[in-house]
Amino acid sequence: MKTKVLTVDDSRTIRNMLLVTLNNAGFDTVQAEDGIEGLEVLEESNPDVIVTDINMPRLDGFGFIEGVRQNDLYRSVPILVLTTESDDEKKNRARQAGATGWIVKPFDPTKLVSAIERVTA
Amino acid sequence: MDMNEIKEIFFQECEEQLTELETGLLAMNDGDDDPETVNAVFRAVHSIKGGAGAFGLDDLVAFAHVFETTLDCVRSNKLEPDETVMKVMLKSADVLADLTAAARDGGTVDPARSSTLAKDLEALANGQPLPDGDAAPEAAAPAAPAAPAEPVAEAAPAAEASEGPAPTDDSGFQPVPFSFDDMDEAPAEEAPEAAADGKVYTVEFKPNAGLYAKGNDTALLFRDLAQLGQMEVRCNSEALPDLEGMDPEDSYLTWSITLTTESDEDAIRQVFEFAEWDCKLEVTAGKPDADENAEEAPMVPVPFDLSMLGEPEKEEAPAPAAEAKEVAAPATAPAPAPAPVPAAPVAEVAPTPAPTPAPTPAPEPAPAKAASPIIKEPAKKPKVSAVAPAQQIRVDLERVDRLINLVGELVINQAMLAQSVGENEETVSGQGNNINLGLDELNQLTREIQDSVMAIRAQPVKPVFQRMSRIVRESADMVGKNVRLVTEGENTEVDKTVIDKLAEPLTHMIRNSVDHGLESAEGRMAAGKDPQGMVKLSAKHRSGRIVIEIEDDGAGINRDRVKQKALDNGLITPESNLSDEEIDNLIFHPGFSTAEELSDISGRGVGMDVVKKSIQSLGGRISIQSNPGKGSIFSMSLPLTLAVLDGMVVSVADQTLVVPLTAIVETLQPEKSDIHGFGAKQRLIAIRETFCPLVDVGEILKFRDEPADPIEGVALLVESEGGGQRALMVDAIQGQRQVVIKSLESNYSNVPGIAAATILGDGRVALILDVDMIVSASKGQGLALEEMMSA
Repeated sequence: MKTKVLTVDDSRTIRNMLLVTLNNAGFDTVQAEDGIEGLEVLEESNPDVIVTDINMPRLDGFGFIEGVRQNDLYRSVPILVLTTESDDEKKNRARQAGATGWIVKPFDPTKLVSAIERVTA
Repeated sequence: MDMNEIKEIFFQECEEQLTELETGLLAMNDGDDDPETVNAVFRAVHSIKGGAGAFGLDDLVAFAHVFETTLDCVRSNKLEPDETVMKVMLKSADVLADLTAAARDGGTVDPARSSTLAKDLEALANGQPLPDGDAAPEAAAPAAPAAPAEPVAEAAPAAEASEGPAPTDDSGFQPVPFSFDDMDEAPAEEAPEAAADGKVYTVEFKPNAGLYAKGNDTALLFRDLAQLGQMEVRCNSEALPDLEGMDPEDSYLTWSITLTTESDEDAIRQVFEFAEWDCKLEVTAGKPDADENAEEAPMVPVPFDLSMLGEPEKEEAPAPAAEAKEVAAPATAPAPAPAPVPAAPVAEVAPTPAPTPAPTPAPEPAPAKAASPIIKEPAKKPKVSAVAPAQQIRVDLERVDRLINLVGELVINQAMLAQSVGENEETVSGQGNNINLGLDELNQLTREIQDSVMAIRAQPVKPVFQRMSRIVRESADMVGKNVRLVTEGENTEVDKTVIDKLAEPLTHMIRNSVDHGLESAEGRMAAGKDPQGMVKLSAKHRSGRIVIEIEDDGAGINRDRVKQKALDNGLITPESNLSDEEIDNLIFHPGFSTAEELSDISGRGVGMDVVKKSIQSLGGRISIQSNPGKGSIFSMSLPLTLAVLDGMVVSVADQTLVVPLTAIVETLQPEKSDIHGFGAKQRLIAIRETFCPLVDVGEILKFRDEPADPIEGVALLVESEGGGQRALMVDAIQGQRQVVIKSLESNYSNVPGIAAATILGDGRVALILDVDMIVSASKGQGLALEEMMSA
């Protein structure tokens, strides 16, 4: 069984890039457009790892991460946030919300894959 | 999907984001202080930046970045979005749009323009006045200087400051044998043997409960660490309480790792990057002197089998990972399996035989979901900042067009069925009324399906209207006028093809209004008007068409000047006695321009005649209402769709033709006394107080050589270019119906005087008249007549 990655990002461009990169690397992907949709598809997709953006409409990445962590089934699923290099504040807030790690945008496909591999068994 | 397709998607998305950006900024400009509006604006710029970064579009990224920084200040209330700020923002949105277009189409953007704005943005973000003058001294002043980067409670790698247990105390450290040979397929080159000259590091690692709560996993950290070299792991389980006292979510174990590696300390710390915050980590060069402790607190060595975790190698990892997790799950379960029956420290219970499923490197709160109790508590709903938007799907336009085409066929078939039932009334009536009832229902349904399908293509005019706000800004800047744009009815929907073709004529008309329609600020003040001019753009539905109006509160059309110009250009003669309306309509005449000197924004070689042509090519009409001193209203009326048309079916010389209903002003049955001959074969028809030239459609289309007798036929009064009217003579009217437009050009070729074709209920093809072409083909005689009449 392939590792299943749930990607949450409001940008179609980024979603597609993630899709292509992750599929090429042999992952299964499930996508959501914002935090709300992410929480909706969480249970039905039962991902092994989550990659999420921070700035999103309706429910941002912080809220989404908190939401995931409040679900007993997903308290410890690894969550990686997509963040820009400079943004330490966001990184820290994401961690407080329960993020496992981060991926610096714009992401380099190999780094993305290795970051996911770092947090998944 | 390849990168080029993604790039295309990116640019599509940019368009949407730019629209979003402009909408938001305009709302803010109008005093909207809803934080969600600012957020949406911020997100738009942020998304563009993110995508641009992925494609290495550095100019775009750089500009989006400063823009975003300034927006962030507004978002966090550090910068008041006053007039000056908004002006810079709006201009920045324009530049961002230009940079995006340049990135897509390969053009360039004036670097001076973007760098000036970038500097303005930076100044605003830093709470400084704008660099190029006194524009915004107060604007930025009260805003708190963009706070120094928040003093982040830095994740000091806790180790240094740690008051934690000294690694070399007499705690029960115990070596965990660790061998790469145990790993099934771990390639040797991936895990370098401890090179003779490899340095030795001691890593003291004490995870907090938080580390597990965030989804990190000690075992995975060790796996990554093992990639660096030869390592030996010891676990200190002294802090582990007895079973009753144990909180499965807490962290009790600490680790001491001896790593022999060629990598440096940074590489080791890098492994703990994600964990840094939630552990005490100390990396020191050299071996720990804890070795002897092992003997003091003997614990049975537990095999540490990395293969259970799956391998980090790329080609292997994704595949077996899930299974690996399942396997790993029991091992990572919360309890140290050899439950110490006597409530004693584990260290003392030591002599458990090795085969027992023993404490594994990560005995803490089961990170594997497989091991989690399946208690489904309703997760607390996080707060939602907005109502869910209507669900949407994206559909390829081609699919919609195919559907529209099919519905068109359905409409034709339904009409044919109705017709044949009608023709066989005798036979059918025996069946009772059921067939006719069913037919009526089918008719109804077909209409509804058609309307629904058309609605799929319908889109609000909003995006086009929004683009106009930039046009107003730029053209106002260029001619040094202060103009505000008011829009109304932005959500009015019309077919996408109509929308796509609307931008160009609208742009020109808006420019025209700003340039020629509105007076200068001085002129306006002298006339007792608000120095700020107003251009209003509105859309509404009216009797099955969309009506778009461009209204300005300027001086109105200067009829004397228009007349003079028309005289100079030979469009009219000095004797011409034209109504105000006719004078106003002269500006649509090809080659007409009243701008005495070509200003920056007109003089692009596009006149109002081109505007009129493009409106007409959409099956639309344009008219002017001008009120001297008060302003002008340009009003366009367009069909809601280009796929169907309400037409009048007529016969001409045994041919069936369709005349667009919208072109017809009225229909008349001429009396002999109404017809007046003129010249050799020209004729006029008297309609109430005026005369109107008669045009025999059959003759113009060469269906016959001689015009038919008007008294035998029907006259369709149509409006022609320039506001004048013509009476088109046809033999008879068959009826009115909605017809599906089939392009002649794509199926045959362009035919003068014919706009398109359609298929009628009886299956015959009927041509749709291009009324304006017919009228202009008759122009020769027409113009002569007009002059005679006005003389």
